[in-house]
Amino acid sequence: MAKIRLEQLRHSYLAKPAREADWALKQVDLQWNDGGAYALLGPSGCGKTTLLNIVSGLLRPTTGRIRFGDEDVTDSPPDRRNIAQVFQFPVVYDTMSVYDNLAFPLRNRGVPEAQVDSRVREIAALLDLEAMLPQRAAGLTADGKQKISLGRGLVRSDVNVIMFDEPLTVIDPHLKWRLRSQLKELHQRIGMTMIYVTHDQTEAMTFADRVVVMHEGTVVQVGTPVELFERPRHTFVGHFIGSPGMNILPCEVEHGVARFAGLPVPTFNSSSGAAAGSRTEIGVRPEFVRFADQGIPVRVVRVADAGRHQIVETRHGDAVIRVLLDEHDPVPQYQAHLGFDPAFTHLYVDGWLAGEAP
Amino acid sequence: MSAKTVNHRAWWLVLPVVLLVGFNAVVPLMTVVNYSVQETFGNNRFFFEGVKWFSEVVHSARFHDSLKRQLIFTAIILAIEIPLGVAIALAMPRKGFWSSVCLVLMSMPLLIPWNVVGAMWNIFALPDIGLLGWTLNKLGLDYNYTRQPFAAWATLIAMDVWHWTSLVALLAYAGLSAIPDAYYQAAKIDGASGWAVFRHVQLPKLKHVLTIAVLLRFMDSFMIYTEPVVLTGGGPGNATTLLSIDLVKIALGQFDLGPAAAMSLIYFLIILLLSWLFYRVMTLGEEG
Repeated sequence: MAKIRLEQLRHSYLAKPAREADWALKQVDLQWNDGGAYALLGPSGCGKTTLLNIVSGLLRPTTGRIRFGDEDVTDSPPDRRNIAQVFQFPVVYDTMSVYDNLAFPLRNRGVPEAQVDSRVREIAALLDLEAMLPQRAAGLTADGKQKISLGRGLVRSDVNVIMFDEPLTVIDPHLKWRLRSQLKELHQRIGMTMIYVTHDQTEAMTFADRVVVMHEGTVVQVGTPVELFERPRHTFVGHFIGSPGMNILPCEVEHGVARFAGLPVPTFNSSSGAAAGSRTEIGVRPEFVRFADQGIPVRVVRVADAGRHQIVETRHGDAVIRVLLDEHDPVPQYQAHLGFDPAFTHLYVDGWLAGEAP
Repeated sequence: MSAKTVNHRAWWLVLPVVLLVGFNAVVPLMTVVNYSVQETFGNNRFFFEGVKWFSEVVHSARFHDSLKRQLIFTAIILAIEIPLGVAIALAMPRKGFWSSVCLVLMSMPLLIPWNVVGAMWNIFALPDIGLLGWTLNKLGLDYNYTRQPFAAWATLIAMDVWHWTSLVALLAYAGLSAIPDAYYQAAKIDGASGWAVFRHVQLPKLKHVLTIAVLLRFMDSFMIYTEPVVLTGGGPGNATTLLSIDLVKIALGQFDLGPAAAMSLIYFLIILLLSWLFYRVMTLGEEG
């Protein structure tokens, strides 16, 4: 068990990366504490699986180091890193029984058979697989197979970290919830570091204590689910997380104050020295927008019923501003005015939260 | 569930295929069955003989010998081609330029007409002028496939292995390519050795293509005719007279239609039975 540190990782699948776009991972510096539950969240192609495979040792980074505790493991093969990985599609050894599947990693490492047996039974009990031990693994359902994949990681007592690569992709929706809460419970019981890769914000937010949001090969924010919601460091986090995502409105900045629609908009942060020519935007979540007697004039375009909420789409010129109202709140017709909650209205310069550029 | 509509007129729709199969499979087969129970004389005179020809074939030492040679031949080439094909497939590069080169090279022997293969090896192995035969003799080996039964067998087997191992290798290669990367990655993380990966990941995933490969190679080798006929003509003596060669000798050489027909049917039944056995054994424990 150890702290995992990624230092200045860069990776490219090309032999000679020339342009910035050739890098699958542009620059990643991260620390994962022992025993934490982390999620790596981002859309397809953002580099999250690349990062995962670098941590597990299936890929060697082009530059940068990986340390488990004090040990530099950058050049160690996967079986020397004491990691476990659960893949998107369940991997089981078809011809073996569930028992033999769980015993496989231990037997490969020459663990005495008596110890193998006690360990396999312990893990099977932990994962509710006891009744299936003598069965052939090939006959199990997808969620059963994923449990075996997980179990093959858990049987080893020396595992530093368990990594999940979108493990619920092939699981039926009604089982997803159950498996996810079992995972969370398992994490609390065994306290092993877990890294969970997903593109689903709900999965990430419910599983992890800290979420790492990735976008185009860079980590844009690391934070608790609440931080990601209330203080997105990048406009990408703003609209990727939340449903609907954050309103991002182009604005001007005069004397450090954002102006939209000719009106000053008070923001949580301010930009003292935004360079000329940089892109400035206001970001505010629909949750923190309300209808007011005066403020930004808008047209109400449509109202979508989202069960306990209504999502009201309004427009000022070309800019779309969404407002989240409770189910029974009155919705103004045609023309209205909007006000933003200053504590949760942010100013972004070139995509990054002003005053916090990387 | 609603009741099924029964409309017997639908049978007319399968009539064309029934006729086609009837004319190109059932009718010729029945002709053979017809010959097998009759004595044939000139002027198209036939006399019913019952199972006489069958019992003659079953008790004939000549048939036993050909069958024995056939079984030995097939067993040897299966024992060589299947493991060798899998080994070649494992050694082939998975992607990139060299994998294409390998695939093209591997397909070459399969594209050569069978009689050409026979002729090539016939010349290649000639002791006085063939590259192979000449070299072997120069190396001090007394090798002459036209006179020594052992040399004839060795040449015949080498030729078949050269011609058909590619088929097994290509099938196995296709099977290997279909294994998702995650299996190899998981095995790596589980600390599996190369042998364990082969034993627990690759071999189980290859089972289905190998079933096909074994069945194809079994049937083809059991019916092999052209190549040995061109290479050795069944000789020296009867040393390489396999079942099909013997059958042709009886049917066309001696024009014994009755025994030849009975032998054809027995031959057919043996292939059918053995194919079924192979299939059952290789798919054992699949269902359920």
